[in-house]
Amino acid sequence: MNRTKKNRLNDSLFKYFGILNTLLGLIMLAVFIFIILQTGLSRLSWDFITSLPSRFPEKAGIYTALIGTFWMLALTIIFSVTLGVSAGIYLEEYARKGFFSRMLEINISNLVGVPSVIYGILGLALFNRYLGLGGSLLAGSFTLSLLIIPVIIVTTRESLKAVPRTIKEAAYALGATRWQAISRQLLPAASGSIVTGIILALARAIGEAAPLIVVGALVYVPFIPNSPLDDYTLLPIQIFNWTSRPQPEFQVNASAGIIVLLFLTFVLNGISIYLRNKWQKKVKW
Amino acid sequence: MNQLIAKNINVWYGDNHALQDVSMIIDPFQVTALIGPSGCGKSTFLRLFNRMNDYIENFRMEGEILINDINIYDPVVNTEELRKKVGMVFQKPNPFPSSIYENVAFGMRIQGMNKKSELDEVVETSLKKAVLWDEVKDSLKKPAFSLSGGQQQRLCIARTLAVEPEVILMDEPASALDPISTSKLENLIFELKKSYTIVIVTHNMQQAGRISDKTAFFYMGKLIEYDTTKRMFLKPAHLQTQNYITGRFG
Ligand SMILES: Nc1ncnc2c1ncn2[C@@H]1O[C@H](COP(=O)(O)OP(=O)(O)OP(=O)(O)O)[C@@H](O)[C@H]1O
Ligand SMILES: [Mg+2]
Repeated sequence: MNRTKKNRLNDSLFKYFGILNTLLGLIMLAVFIFIILQTGLSRLSWDFITSLPSRFPEKAGIYTALIGTFWMLALTIIFSVTLGVSAGIYLEEYARKGFFSRMLEINISNLVGVPSVIYGILGLALFNRYLGLGGSLLAGSFTLSLLIIPVIIVTTRESLKAVPRTIKEAAYALGATRWQAISRQLLPAASGSIVTGIILALARAIGEAAPLIVVGALVYVPFIPNSPLDDYTLLPIQIFNWTSRPQPEFQVNASAGIIVLLFLTFVLNGISIYLRNKWQKKVKW
Repeated sequence: MNQLIAKNINVWYGDNHALQDVSMIIDPFQVTALIGPSGCGKSTFLRLFNRMNDYIENFRMEGEILINDINIYDPVVNTEELRKKVGMVFQKPNPFPSSIYENVAFGMRIQGMNKKSELDEVVETSLKKAVLWDEVKDSLKKPAFSLSGGQQQRLCIARTLAVEPEVILMDEPASALDPISTSKLENLIFELKKSYTIVIVTHNMQQAGRISDKTAFFYMGKLIEYDTTKRMFLKPAHLQTQNYITGRFG
């Protein structure tokens, strides 16, 4: 067998290997969604969404968990976006490139890979205990923000880096200050991909249960939170709680809850895909 | 408007001595062409006049650049103000990723001018000066990227004119353009020199010959010869200049 033939064989082998793996992933996902839908869809109703939790599975709903999740999402967006984006801008556009900034860079990239429960333990020590925030929404959203800030920093930097330097030069050449060049040209040009990255990070964050169990999201909250200092529960926590009950009816509830959570995640991903496509049409360098 | 004066300029990038004791006086309301082989320091020299080299990490300079009798490297000089007086057009057209209108309005907006009627007027006059108005007046809201390369470059010139500079620096502005766009650009430069002082880097000898009043020949970081374009092309004092202009090297 000559070289070309061999290369071509390797090429097609790898192609089929890739197709096989992709299919495997898709099939697992499809089976999972099918089972969830089959178990939970019949339980899904307006009542289920607007009912408080209960000992009786047929009465129990996800209202407090859903509202808690929205609260958590809103607070986390506020903290993580402000901190993450500004840190990203600083590191990319202002910080002098040297040993220190390189170390910082490596560490931030490493933080992206730290297991989420570790953030939970940090949050427990720092926010719940040291700052005395207890098991409040505030403590939870701080913790979740910590979890996704590294992702947002990295996204922001990558997005800014992708904007051609010629745009910045053009702004400077017209008499723009550094901040004017950043805020009026670089950020708008990068915002599509920054926002996409933020939404993807959030989509991951709303499914997190582990760190929030550590920082005190409660499994049973019979009221909806009214302020960031209130106790709360969340969809993933509620689902986790239901799956650990012995009664089969609660398993049905859990499936219905998963459908709602999946729906939220898909909506967020959908928005980010929409924004990305819209953006790609608008900008071409 | 006075002369632009470069006095005993030395520039280093790290250990690379990129400009060596260059002194030169550039006359107002004329086109001055900078020529020379690649890497001889033309862009470096040009970018001294609006302090664009300041952003390069290992850039270091000695000497003085005087514009209107002020040394622009004096610490009290505000670089933003300087760049409003000394505009720049780059080698590759680099419009902002926004509409044609916003591209031209940007320079005004960052100075805090946001009144629509005033902006409209500046945008129109600038586009007219850059001989682009007739081609874009019905599509001002369209993205700047929808224009052709030559139109984009004239848009970049319009954008520069909008902040009312006195000097315009151009670094090979026609190198990415087709012959027709290039000749439009050359005509435009010819018009502009009535009101602006223009310094242009070019690799195209015919172009330098057509549009410039004076020509400076750089070689390996040194200013070899600087004279009226006519003299430079007909009777250069240095053999190197003659060889370069006639295409025997570089
Ligand atoms: N950003 C930079 N960092 C380090 N060295 C640089 C930088 N820019 C230019 N130089 C060096 O300075 C010298 C002059 O470069 P310059 O860009 O001014 O030449 P040029 O005459 O404009 O060339 P060209 O015709 O190719 O544009 C070259 O030796 C180049 O390697
Ligand atoms: Mg150059």
